[in-house]
Amino acid sequence: MLKKIRVALAVVFWLGITLLFLDFTGALHGWLGWMAKVQFLPAVLALNVAVIIGLVLLTLLFGRVYCSVICPLGVFQDGVAHLNVARKRRKKDRKPYGYSPEMKWLRYGVWVLFVIALIAGVQALVALLAPYSAWGRIVQNLFQPVYLWVNNLFAALAERADSYAFYSKEVWLRSLPTFIVAAVTLVVVVVLAWKNGRTYCNTICPVGTTLSFFSRFAMFRPVIDKAKCKDCKMCEHNCKAACIDIADHKIDYSRCVDCFNCIDTCKFGALKYRYAWGKVHPKQSEVTADSSAAPQNDSGRRAFLTGAALAVGGATLKAQEKKMDGGFAAILDKEVPERDVPITPPGSESVRDFYRRCTACQLCVAECPNNVLRPSTDLKHLMQPEMSYERGYCRPECTRCSELCPAGAIRKITKEEKTQYHIGTARVNRTLCVAEEGVECGNCARHCPSGAIQMVEDEATGFKHPVVNEALCIGCGACENLCPSRPISAITVNGRHQHLNEE
Amino acid sequence: MERRNFIKISGAGALAMGAAAAGCVPKPKTVGTEEGPEQMIYRENPVNGDKVSLIGFGCMRWPMVEKDGKRVIDQEAVNEMVDYAIEHGINYFDTSPAYLMGQSELAAGNALSRHPRDKYFIATKLSNFGDQSTEASIKMYHDSFEQLRTDYFDYYLLHSIGRGGVAAFRQRYVDNGMIDFLLKEKEAGRIRNLGFSFHGKAEEFDALIALHDNGDIHWDFCQIEMNYVDWTHADGVRNANAEYLYAELEKRNIPIVIMEPLLGGRLANVPDAIAKQMKEREPDKSIASWAFRFCGTFPGVMCALSGMTNMDPLMDNIKTFGHFKPLTGEELEFLERMATQMMEYPLVNCTDCKYCMPCPWGIDIPGIFKHYNTSVTEGRYAQTQQQKEYRKLKNAYLVSYDRAIPTLRQADHCIGCGECLSHCPQSIPIPTELRRINHYIEALKQDTL
Repeated sequence: MLKKIRVALAVVFWLGITLLFLDFTGALHGWLGWMAKVQFLPAVLALNVAVIIGLVLLTLLFGRVYCSVICPLGVFQDGVAHLNVARKRRKKDRKPYGYSPEMKWLRYGVWVLFVIALIAGVQALVALLAPYSAWGRIVQNLFQPVYLWVNNLFAALAERADSYAFYSKEVWLRSLPTFIVAAVTLVVVVVLAWKNGRTYCNTICPVGTTLSFFSRFAMFRPVIDKAKCKDCKMCEHNCKAACIDIADHKIDYSRCVDCFNCIDTCKFGALKYRYAWGKVHPKQSEVTADSSAAPQNDSGRRAFLTGAALAVGGATLKAQEKKMDGGFAAILDKEVPERDVPITPPGSESVRDFYRRCTACQLCVAECPNNVLRPSTDLKHLMQPEMSYERGYCRPECTRCSELCPAGAIRKITKEEKTQYHIGTARVNRTLCVAEEGVECGNCARHCPSGAIQMVEDEATGFKHPVVNEALCIGCGACENLCPSRPISAITVNGRHQHLNEE
Repeated sequence: MERRNFIKISGAGALAMGAAAAGCVPKPKTVGTEEGPEQMIYRENPVNGDKVSLIGFGCMRWPMVEKDGKRVIDQEAVNEMVDYAIEHGINYFDTSPAYLMGQSELAAGNALSRHPRDKYFIATKLSNFGDQSTEASIKMYHDSFEQLRTDYFDYYLLHSIGRGGVAAFRQRYVDNGMIDFLLKEKEAGRIRNLGFSFHGKAEEFDALIALHDNGDIHWDFCQIEMNYVDWTHADGVRNANAEYLYAELEKRNIPIVIMEPLLGGRLANVPDAIAKQMKEREPDKSIASWAFRFCGTFPGVMCALSGMTNMDPLMDNIKTFGHFKPLTGEELEFLERMATQMMEYPLVNCTDCKYCMPCPWGIDIPGIFKHYNTSVTEGRYAQTQQQKEYRKLKNAYLVSYDRAIPTLRQADHCIGCGECLSHCPQSIPIPTELRRINHYIEALKQDTL
């Protein structure tokens, strides 16, 4: 029964969060946004004390149920592991797992490294290890394109049926490094889960390790009744956390994720999930070198997958280009201009604050309806989002990323508040401006939502060229996006370190 | 019997609108009947006796397909349509070297050459919009023979003159000696009728007609834009009303060929309120049939061109002209009322002729106008946020806009260079209209409507 409840809740959470990442219409985030906000690392970065205390209390009460229910990567691993267990069962192998001692040095080593990275602001490492970020990255990079293609198929059908229920959405590779990291993460996690269940959660995952400090003292936990136990080891062989040691009749509660598989497996009723406050937790066994649980590199397969991933990316780009019609003048794709300071979304107080809080979960990237946000390729902020305006600009009426960000990197803002955020300043490169050739343009000035651009006459040529009033410019990129100069716009936005004016 | 009287009546009506002198000159005579089985109606060219079907095939809107990454005419579909048209009595085919990215003449030649040459009349044009030199113009003329696989043209037109007045006319046809050349070709019999197609102001038209009046050039026929909207609502300032053009031509007994009888299809898809009134009167007749009947009602009209894209409008038109019923005076008044009502909609006067293309900045000008017009006429057009269905209408407009026009070719990318302005036969202030539409879209997106 406990297991059934656990599975049902896990499925709800997992589907909810995954859908949140897949959805690009903004329709779901009102309903499901809280699921991202109760994730551990985002709550820590957002200094969301209520959620942190809530999760710690939850763990002190019931153990690491967070890992089995709330964490989408944990639930995903359970799913993968379940497939392998079911396969083995069909082959009459009823002993898929066995006890293995805790790998302290790896577990705490990674945790210390993670904490140092968090404090030092090496967010790429944080994002690489954090489970929620890893899942977001995987869904946004690998699953959302598929979701979009299916959506686009529906959109094509809807178009034929004259329905507006679906609209098509461009699928494009936002950042190759992040895509590769996502693909590798998926492969590693799947391999580990397939072979040994919760290895990742109990050796690498810093959130798991953090929670393990509390789960040791959990009020409710599975307890072995030695009197009833017949030493059949069925529980041990079905523990995907490898934390039940029947030889000593002990359970390592720092690794137990409260999946309740053991309770369901025990035919003798020797395992019970019950109140056990204050009982001395079992002594840990000595650390022994055990390489079987360490990630195994299947370099050939990985190379293949990466290659396949690259090929998919290439095909995506090509499909977009094919839209050209012979009757139209060709339009060159815009290229990303050089920016001295990256642009981060309105709602982030400063670039520094944004990158310090961001967990690189890609939720805002998946959500952005204007194709502005994408993961950075800059090593300092690898996988953390930045903005660019080749495909669209940060539209005045849109505040969707700010409504979603669970880490507090982008504060929730209204349409009106958005105009207070000065995320960048436009600058003009007159050598590229078509007005210098005498073309009457002024498209940047016409579309500037804050009236920061004016056309002034050059005394020498008599042509009008744009000038930017940096006090009014908010850096939305309308000018850059709508500038006819291609591939590099004549007017481009440079980011600003501080987004809110101290007033 | 009664219907034949109508022709006389409406003819007389048209005369009253035109000139009193019209009665004493021969008119294109109507041959055929609207009773019994379907029978194409013909008008006789009073000068040379050509019996021209009252509906002509305009070869500017043929279907295109994607082939090897290029847009090409669907020749198979064209052959089918041309065969059907000829079989049902249509015998006037109007093309140009400029149509359909230069592919129209060849496709017309391919389809028509499968029929005896005396079964149909070919009309084509000297479309020297780009290179206006003598050599390029003569080459264009000769190429047309080759493409159309013929050694004579029944009707040959100076393509789209009027805008820019006499100066433009001189530049394209007089200074390069083309008009003398064409007149010689006419003498040689390779051009049977020489005329011009016109878009522009009344003064510009007068200047061209003056050439006829003072004997410089005899215009054998003239092609004008005419329909129940343009009759008195062509703006008058930018483009002359059809009522005026018609009267001037009829006065001089110059046979008239009509273009844009449907305003690029817009008169086949009118706002619901107007469609309802038409259907109340003629429940079984198509909306488009009203526009064609309007043109056919005027006796000075020799042929009304329809740019048919597929079999459906072709069959509908053959139905209309196979049992042709001219409009009564009362019905003409009704259409005038409909035209007035139509003017109240914020439509763009675009006929989708694509002369403005390609826009050097890649904007899909006719696509944007077409989407806008269709949305307005079909009621997919939010007017205020207070509207009950505002959300739905907003979604419908924005989604269909993105479907119709790729983001990079949308109105907000128009920089207003004005390159398109001189090409538009309708004298639409294109950048201004694109801006107006973009303002509307911005208002929808930002909910400030």
